Amino acid sequence: MTAPAAPVRRTRALTTLRDMAARPSGAIGLTLITLHLIIALISPWIAPFDYKEMNSAVILGNPGAGHLLGTDHLGRDVFTRVLLGGREALLVTGIATPIAMLWGGMLGVLLGLRGGWIDEVLMRLVDAFLALPGILPLLVLITVFGSGNEVLTPTLAFFFGIPVIRVARAAAHEVVARDFISAARARGHSPLSIVRREILPNVTDTLLVEGAMRWSWMLLGFSALSFLGFGVAPPTPDWGLMVSDARVYMSLAPWGVLGPMIALSSLIIGINLTADALAKALGLDQGRKAVI
Amino acid sequence: MIPLLFRRLALGFVTVWLVSVIIFLGVEALPGDACTAVLERDAHGEALAKCRTDMGLNAPALARYADWAGAALQGDFGVSANGQESISQIVGYRVRNSLLLATGALSVGIPLSIFLGTMAGLWRDSWIDILFSSGAIFAMTIPEFVAATILILLFAIWLGWVPAIVLTPADAPPLEFFPEFVLAAVVLTMIMIAHIMRMVRSSVIDVMASDYVQMATLKGVPYWQIVFRHALPNALLPAINVIALTVAWLLGGVVVVEVVFNYPGLGRLLIDAISDRDLPVVQAITMIVAATYVGVNLVADILGLLLNPRLRSHHMGHR
Amino acid sequence: MTTQPLIDIRGLCVGFRGRSGSMLPVLHGIDLQVCRGESIGIVGESGSGKSTLALAAMGYLKHGLQRISGEVIYNGADMFTRTAAELARIRGGQLGLIPQNSGQALTPTLRIGRQLDEALRLHCALPAGAHTARAIDLLTQVRLPDPAAILRRYPHELSGGQQQRVAIAMALAGEPDALLLDEPTTGLDVTTQAHILELLRDLARTRNMAMVYVSHDLGVIARVCDRVQVLYAGETVLEGPTRAVLKTPAHPYARGLLASIPRLGESTLPRALEGRPPSPGSDRTGCAFAPRCALATDHCRAIHPPMVQGGTGQESRCLYPEQIAQMDMSGSGAPLSCCPRNSPLALALDTIAIRYDRPGSFARFMPARPGPPATVDDITLTIPQGETLGLVGESGSGKSTILKTIAGLLPPAQGRITLGDGTALAPRVDKRPPDQLRRIQMVFQNPDESLNPRHSVADILAQPLSLYFGLAGPELRRRATEALETVRLGAHYLDRRPGQLSGGEKQRVAIARAFAAAPEIVLCDEITSALDVSVQAAVLELLNDLKARHKTTFVFVSHDLTVVHALSDRVAVLYQGRLCEIGPSATVYAAPSHPYTEVLLNAVLEPDPDHAPHLLTADVAELSPPACGCPFQRRCPVKLGQRCDTDTPPWQKGADGHAIRCHIPLSELNKTGRG
Repeated sequence: MTAPAAPVRRTRALTTLRDMAARPSGAIGLTLITLHLIIALISPWIAPFDYKEMNSAVILGNPGAGHLLGTDHLGRDVFTRVLLGGREALLVTGIATPIAMLWGGMLGVLLGLRGGWIDEVLMRLVDAFLALPGILPLLVLITVFGSGNEVLTPTLAFFFGIPVIRVARAAAHEVVARDFISAARARGHSPLSIVRREILPNVTDTLLVEGAMRWSWMLLGFSALSFLGFGVAPPTPDWGLMVSDARVYMSLAPWGVLGPMIALSSLIIGINLTADALAKALGLDQGRKAVI
Repeated sequence: MIPLLFRRLALGFVTVWLVSVIIFLGVEALPGDACTAVLERDAHGEALAKCRTDMGLNAPALARYADWAGAALQGDFGVSANGQESISQIVGYRVRNSLLLATGALSVGIPLSIFLGTMAGLWRDSWIDILFSSGAIFAMTIPEFVAATILILLFAIWLGWVPAIVLTPADAPPLEFFPEFVLAAVVLTMIMIAHIMRMVRSSVIDVMASDYVQMATLKGVPYWQIVFRHALPNALLPAINVIALTVAWLLGGVVVVEVVFNYPGLGRLLIDAISDRDLPVVQAITMIVAATYVGVNLVADILGLLLNPRLRSHHMGHR
Repeated sequence: MTTQPLIDIRGLCVGFRGRSGSMLPVLHGIDLQVCRGESIGIVGESGSGKSTLALAAMGYLKHGLQRISGEVIYNGADMFTRTAAELARIRGGQLGLIPQNSGQALTPTLRIGRQLDEALRLHCALPAGAHTARAIDLLTQVRLPDPAAILRRYPHELSGGQQQRVAIAMALAGEPDALLLDEPTTGLDVTTQAHILELLRDLARTRNMAMVYVSHDLGVIARVCDRVQVLYAGETVLEGPTRAVLKTPAHPYARGLLASIPRLGESTLPRALEGRPPSPGSDRTGCAFAPRCALATDHCRAIHPPMVQGGTGQESRCLYPEQIAQMDMSGSGAPLSCCPRNSPLALALDTIAIRYDRPGSFARFMPARPGPPATVDDITLTIPQGETLGLVGESGSGKSTILKTIAGLLPPAQGRITLGDGTALAPRVDKRPPDQLRRIQMVFQNPDESLNPRHSVADILAQPLSLYFGLAGPELRRRATEALETVRLGAHYLDRRPGQLSGGEKQRVAIARAFAAAPEIVLCDEITSALDVSVQAAVLELLNDLKARHKTTFVFVSHDLTVVHALSDRVAVLYQGRLCEIGPSATVYAAPSHPYTEVLLNAVLEPDPDHAPHLLTADVAELSPPACGCPFQRRCPVKLGQRCDTDTPPWQKGADGHAIRCHIPLSELNKTGRG
């Protein structure tokens, strides 16, 4: 790329961010995400208790002095565990989402450009994977290899990348039909250079918005796994696991489920609002101006 | 158009066949087999060898695949690894229960979501739209188990309208599921309404801004006639595929919701089978779910072709 | 006519709310009176607000637009204060609209019969049982063949001309007093356009309707309108009888616009009108046209000129009406630079045939069936260096397809392409060596599509420079600047993106990109058809200049015969993917020999009230070429008989490389020609 291109690109990122922040959805979404990221980073230092510390004196204790959200069935401080409960989820999905977008996106774009029998065969495989019950491959791999982060991250990255292939391929198809691709082909650029210089800059917007959505879905998947007992292993605090544990005592101690549920929901809603604002700031849903 | 239908049908079969291969290979790759699952701690030495010979596990993989796939085509998925029960029978009840739940959610959800989406699209940016759209974002994004837990907290624990925990055997008559059924159906309906409604809304907005709706206005067609005759038939065409995806999702076993409400559907059976390493059952459920997914999408594609005059004659002209 | 006007628009201002929240006007105090039996043309370039005005006459504004002031009186009451029920009764009843693109304005899911029936039900007193008969009657009036069959069709199953006729029938269903026509023939082929205009003229005459005809094309206006109003940047700048406006326009903008239209009678290029109109919301203290006006003084920039009475019944918004008459109107365009005689060969096409349909993976297993005839067949052309060869034909004639094949984007089914030095070009672009690729460059129809919106102009120009010459760093930037200079754009354009440029500037960048490769052959695919006529003139001038300086060979494809006439040394006429006639421009245009060329040329409209098109054939839409015989057999006005259906006509050679493909002897055809 030529030298003067760089500043133009940076200002585009900045104006997009400013545009997002100016919309109510973007402002709320970005605030929620930032808040969660900050808490995840500093929670080990600000948490009032040790997350493992069991206080048998106050089992299922009410919220009040000392325990802001009460205690759970083992007498652990719920507030502490809510503060810490997003760390695993954010770490795993934070690494797995970009990987999923990268491999799914690259493969999809290449297939969209080339077509032919490879495309035909791989798309059938993608269809087959999408036809499986969504959670099954994850469950199977976890039962076999355990549920450590070193298993969860690549597994999520792989399976969440599959639908991205489709999205990226469709986006690439749209770009490939345009004349500037014909122009580049007629000039004799190599397919790789066409992908890099002509197609990628035009599908990154779509993939960015898609990536934000996939992130929220991966968080949903991650917390569902934990909730079902296939994810984070106790005693590590995790929102999904906490809801699952506290559900049994819900009638006695509703805050035990409410705390982690509000934390998890606010993060996912924040990501979705941000994705929505991002799509609008990038001009990806023209004519469908939604208020939110 | 007939060759096109055949092409779609053939692709559907290829997909289902690929799923069967993936599943078979996946199970092959896993450590342990049906015998280790049945015999558990006794799985060694002679007992294991005998069991393997009995169950035909020593045959080459290709032969075993052919046997399994052939039987599955006739609806016979073999016997479950632990109970020695017929899988077709266990799964049969679960399919019925899942269908029951899906039908409940769909019969309310589809008309309601189309109605809400149309209203939001017609009166876009009004308070109705803001209300519906924010509700939809909320319903779409909060995790299923959170929504389910909130409902239980609200209706079972605080208001006491329905029992919180019920355990009904899978083969009970449908009416007995009612307590678990209500809240589960409400959660699923909420989620599917949100998805379909958003699609319908944006589609209605696009169509209302189209040249032909403008033309109809300038032809003097009254507003509601424009909406029903000119706009909606066009706006709902793209919704067909979204509805299909939702239907496939509902029929495919909604694992988390079924677990939360103790509903004996396919999803909970899947979880249980995986926990018990009951691989034949996992295989059977997967094949059923995959075939449903492919079938529902196929029906949507064909419906789209039949209802859209442009696609219909486009393909007729080409072939 | 001194009767009360039917539609009376007074001081209409319409605007939209900009991002900053302030009101940005798109129409500034428009006055328009139309009486029964009168036909008024509204002319302007894109963005002048002409379509907004037509829709506002029906009390309708597009989403986002608001009326700021003024009124639209129809039948004694303001359309904007009427109730929804009143509006519904008037619209489609007394006031009929014929939209720009009927393909999109007809509801895709409803059959034509249902849509016509709806109009009849709403606006016609006939009993329901008589509706079908009336619908057939209406379709017959708009001269659609087999109306009963059309009623059963869906809109997309009709050709563009047929869709337009259906839209006209639908407007007539309400027995309207006035018709509003929003560019009803834009995008149609010349012959179809001429037919539709004749139909509209007849209807207006026989039904004594008022017509408001909106168009960017002065040739169309000349044909159908009694009076013309010229809009510039949302404001009426000139109003008067059509003949006076076209012959002696009393406003500098109208003069410039007329001079920028290429004409068959002129031997020079049309003259460009530089600059562009102000955008909505910009400062309007002075005359809006002042920045582009040759007569403009400081006075013009300070005072907003009022409409004043000029000569010959015109009213003009100009402070110096008496000076306008002295302005030079034609003949000042650049002379066409000519191709040197007997120059060596640049490119040769030898019996090229192109097919679009390829057997899919599924069809390969089916028994083979005889396929349809090739889309493009039997194209043999030789192009000498420095020549501009124009390829003309209606939509679907395969002209752009041939360019794609030369560029290697679409491999031919048979035949070969060779360069001047005798080397054969590989059919596919990825098999061609870089030097061959550099020598042939292509410019596309729509710069919005052919320039990557994510790249800066510098990036765009860098691509051929780094690919073919391996340039980088400051040298690359210097050469990119030079490339911009060849298309008369300054270096400050380098860091802009296509979205920040006007249509004409974008197309210049696309041309600069082609010329940055120092090509020998440039393929131009309808490169002016997406541009306004004044901008088109500037691009034509630029190409002519490049041709003179670089001795480049051009293959210039266009559906517009006047544009091809303005620029080409030689012209080849295509019908249904087959060549009909080829020869020096001067010869072909002066005395068209092939019946099809004659049909085409006779349908051309010129901005001249004395010029009338001759319609030689019926308006038939053909979807695919006939399996054998002459491609033009089904529409030919002088068809001989059986022979035309079965035998491919032979090439007949005339003087100076002129050749036609027809069974009728050349000498006989020349007699019947108009020349």
